[in-house]
Amino acid sequence: MTGKQPYVGQALDSPHAFTLAPGPTKHTQYPYVTGTSVLGIKYKDGVLIAADTAGSYGSTVRYKSVERLKTCGKHCLIGASGEISDFQQILSYVDKLILNDYMWDDGNNLSPRDIHNYLTRIMYNKRNSFDPLWNTLVIGGVKNGEKYLGVVTMIGVHYEDNHVASGFGNHLARPIFRDEWHENMTLEEGIQLLEKALTVLFYRDRSAINKVQVANITAEGINISEPYALKTNWDYKAFKNPTAGAVGSW
Amino acid sequence: MHENIANIENSKRAKKKEHANQSRENRNMAMMMPPRLNPTDSASGPKQHQTWSPYDNNGGTCVAIAGADYCVIAADTRMSTGFSILTRDHSKIFVISETCALASSGFQADISALQKNLDARHQTYQHQHGKQMSCPAMAQLLSNTLYYKRFFPYYAFNVLGGLDDQGKGCVYSYDAVGSYERVGYAAQGSGMQLIMPVLDNQLKSASPLVLPKRETATPLTEAEAVDLVKDTFASAAERDIYTGDGVEIVTINARGIQKQYMELKKD
Repeated sequence: MTGKQPYVGQALDSPHAFTLAPGPTKHTQYPYVTGTSVLGIKYKDGVLIAADTAGSYGSTVRYKSVERLKTCGKHCLIGASGEISDFQQILSYVDKLILNDYMWDDGNNLSPRDIHNYLTRIMYNKRNSFDPLWNTLVIGGVKNGEKYLGVVTMIGVHYEDNHVASGFGNHLARPIFRDEWHENMTLEEGIQLLEKALTVLFYRDRSAINKVQVANITAEGINISEPYALKTNWDYKAFKNPTAGAVGSW
Repeated sequence: MHENIANIENSKRAKKKEHANQSRENRNMAMMMPPRLNPTDSASGPKQHQTWSPYDNNGGTCVAIAGADYCVIAADTRMSTGFSILTRDHSKIFVISETCALASSGFQADISALQKNLDARHQTYQHQHGKQMSCPAMAQLLSNTLYYKRFFPYYAFNVLGGLDDQGKGCVYSYDAVGSYERVGYAAQGSGMQLIMPVLDNQLKSASPLVLPKRETATPLTEAEAVDLVKDTFASAAERDIYTGDGVEIVTINARGIQKQYMELKKD
């Protein structure tokens, strides 16, 4: 048989790594420590992105102070759900990108749209090698007056919109956004809307906790709040005897 | 008695041999079966749990109609995953050149990569030849690009539309691995089966086998064709959950490229 023989320690970036490498599989099969939903909305002065600070280990809420929102240059913020270690790897890539951009020192900076595109190519590329970064990323920012908000998933699916969410947020938060979001919301209205969605997620998503951060990106800069608790109400009548009246239950 | 013992020994040995042979047979059978390309397999044994899929279907429908001197290319703007809508405002149409537009539905990440790929190739062509690619040339390039990934396909269902070298409308319809054909009209994507019969009813001409040869281009005017497209999308949006929100319509003719947008039902 001619051609290169596979050997242990063969470059894991090689396109055939997963078919030829002898020994145990050395690429992603399932996530370990995960973050749940990230929410994002555009408002009058910029973009608001929110996430809780939980890092779950399967069904255990193992870490309660995980910062899932990170700045990326002057104009952009990335929020991640999914595998936390993969997010840290992504931040490493982004760090190099921003450093490179800064080193050019040419008066030009990468925009949120550019960073979104870069991250999309990374996620898609890893998916092509069957070794994905197990994250859904929310990228938001403001540059030259243009507000930007987009999402990339672990297989490279990407889109932008006025309001976005990852994971459970797609099922629980987006409908609320579709109902209540409108152009040119004030900062207070925006935070109120996000807190409403975060509260619903805390009630209904078992991986969510009641400790959240909200990030505000405007033309002036980026501000990530300190983690704080949401107000919750457990006295709703519907929470007592939830199956009363349901057919077939007791 | 010695004979009996010998017989017993022999039969034991025979049974052992038979058993060994069977195991060897089973192992041989297992080796003869084609190895399944499973992301979790390698050497770690059978997969223990649900793995991830490199594909997703983000839905959507694409339609194109070729006229005597125009081409209409349309696609809805809804992007979905599973039973969720990701965004209501995502364009599936990529205008490649002055005479050529590509509408693709299916897995959005692959569609994006495919469209970027074609764009890069087209830009290279323009640098090397000093002119844009013709639509039939782009049609062949798209087919080749798709087949190039025959063993890990672009999950993209394409309809290419534009003007041919004579300025007549042309439409090309593709499958995911590059099989293509020039037609007078085409539909692809989640609403294809709802729309195609309607187009057949309105536009179908005689078989290409009938002599004398009949024109494949539709006898409709440009405005009539656009109206037909709007009607078909409105109908598809009623019954196909992945089609809706809005339809983007691109018209290519001698005057250039015009774009229109029509709202569709949001449910």
